[in-house]
Amino acid sequence: MIRLNVKESLKEVRWSYLSIIFAIIGSVIVIFIIATIFNMLFSQLILNPQGLLEAMKDPAASKSILLTLYASFLATLIAVVLGTPLAYVLARHVFPGKSLLESLIDVPVIIPHTVAGIALYALLMRKGAVGTAFANLGIVFEDSLLGIVAAMLFVSIPFYINAAREGFQSVNPHLEHVARTLGANQWKTFYRISLPLTGRHLFSGALMAWARGISEFGAVIMIAFYPMIAPVFIYYRFTTQGLEGSQPIAVLLILVCFTIFITLRTILKRWETHYDSS
Amino acid sequence: MIALKNLTYTLASFSIKNISLHIPENEYFVLLGPTGAGKTLILELIAGFHIPHKGQILLNNSDVTHLPPEKRNIGFVYQDYSLFPHMTVKDNIAFGLEMHKTPQMEIERKVKDTMNLIGISHLKERHPLTLSGGEQQRVSLARALATNPKILLLDEPLGALDPRTQRFLREELKRIHETQNVTTIHVTHDQTEALILADRIGVIMNGEIVQVGSSHELFNRPINERIAEFVGVENVLKGTIKSNKDGLALIDVDNREVCALTNIKDGKVDVFIRPENIVLSKKSLRSSARNVFKNRIVRITNLGPILNVELDSGLEIFITKQSAEEMSLKQGVQVYASFKATATHVSRRLT
Repeated sequence: MIRLNVKESLKEVRWSYLSIIFAIIGSVIVIFIIATIFNMLFSQLILNPQGLLEAMKDPAASKSILLTLYASFLATLIAVVLGTPLAYVLARHVFPGKSLLESLIDVPVIIPHTVAGIALYALLMRKGAVGTAFANLGIVFEDSLLGIVAAMLFVSIPFYINAAREGFQSVNPHLEHVARTLGANQWKTFYRISLPLTGRHLFSGALMAWARGISEFGAVIMIAFYPMIAPVFIYYRFTTQGLEGSQPIAVLLILVCFTIFITLRTILKRWETHYDSS
Repeated sequence: MIALKNLTYTLASFSIKNISLHIPENEYFVLLGPTGAGKTLILELIAGFHIPHKGQILLNNSDVTHLPPEKRNIGFVYQDYSLFPHMTVKDNIAFGLEMHKTPQMEIERKVKDTMNLIGISHLKERHPLTLSGGEQQRVSLARALATNPKILLLDEPLGALDPRTQRFLREELKRIHETQNVTTIHVTHDQTEALILADRIGVIMNGEIVQVGSSHELFNRPINERIAEFVGVENVLKGTIKSNKDGLALIDVDNREVCALTNIKDGKVDVFIRPENIVLSKKSLRSSARNVFKNRIVRITNLGPILNVELDSGLEIFITKQSAEEMSLKQGVQVYASFKATATHVSRRLT
């Protein structure tokens, strides 16, 4: 309600010289983003639609794109299942070492992803500290879907946990208190009150995590060159066939991702207005 | 029944020390104190959101000190309403019944009855964020009462509302308490609220209960200056409405006529006047004050820098030592007490 009012009242604000100059300066960065994406889309869709069609027919290309979406989806699923409880604890409690833990969760954002990939490889390879135990069970991370998922999970987890924590923080603890007095035990209170009220934060966090997983290259390539996810496949094509061979697949990946994210964003928007408006 | 025995607890900068209280069944008990005194903490301890470091909590003679909130059968209303924003009004009220595994038919009947009792049936399908503050607080009250709790805890329930809605809901709380038979603790920092609603008042300061008593005892016999300063003093005149013309009522108080603003049309009422709104004079003043009483001074009590003056009309007034000396006030002296009709507050007397 309040947020909408602010938005409405902002429409009335007059443009000052300061704002106009700031907007002009800001437009440089917008143009930079647009130029990069548009140039590629334009040269492919308009100047060489044939190449795009070929890429669509190329089973290796579509396989890599599907694999990317699927692996990142699995990574996001794990992030949701394991990250949601942690986010709740971080949102509701103060304990010694909490800020240390919060910094730790942000580590994957800070370190170079090739470094993360090497670290993961050292841990999960057949002779690695943890990989050995899994290898004995027949579970192998090197050059497998599991390795891809592990790498994607590592780099995307901060995005999910931070969004979820903010979500839980935005739920007034009084709501949980009242639910308890009304006869709901802790589990029911979480399930019926805290969780649904955080739903859109969790959804948007999961979306971010998924997007992050899809775009990951450095960490994945260290642990799993094969099966090729789209970014690896595009890089492989670029090094062997140059721009001509890699760009159509890159454009295809962009188009698929845009479609998915725009659809999900629209769902999210609907969800938001459901509580906040009217 | 609520009994607290030597309750001690500290939470961040708030702490309560050695609180003991006994609140008999069906009493409307108001916990009155300044912000930060620990009032909310006491309610949250009774509700079971925290476990006391020391002491015992008894509800209806059974020890609930270590029982989780969901097993205590308590209704709780917060100042911020705390309605579940993702549920309609109806679903908010049904929530407690659902948690108690009430059959669906019974839930619907109970929700309907409760909404009728509070007068919010027309809001049934609305979402909480589309309601006004007063409406939200009534829904919150309905939600708390729907499960027939034995104990109702109200944490500054009128604190976030505008004065008109406050007055309205205050009367509603009184009416509902009369019909519902639920032991109530109402936390507030507002003296008028306490005065109008309470059977008994407990004053809490710095985490300690400093005085417990009827509103009369508290406002007119504060045990120390800190309480006197905080609660102020209030005069209560018991009367009967004789007539009411456009909200200006004539009220009979011991065969004297008091003019007051109220919408109450008839019946027995309490008329409240704060002492600072009463002017004492040796001669009848020509002023806009509609009420001028001729009194004799019954007693003067020394309370340090101020004096308490009791008049034979039942009024009590506080004046500074200096002005008492200037007017040479003494026991038996005749004085005029005058106050405006707008300075009164009228409330229906229920007993």
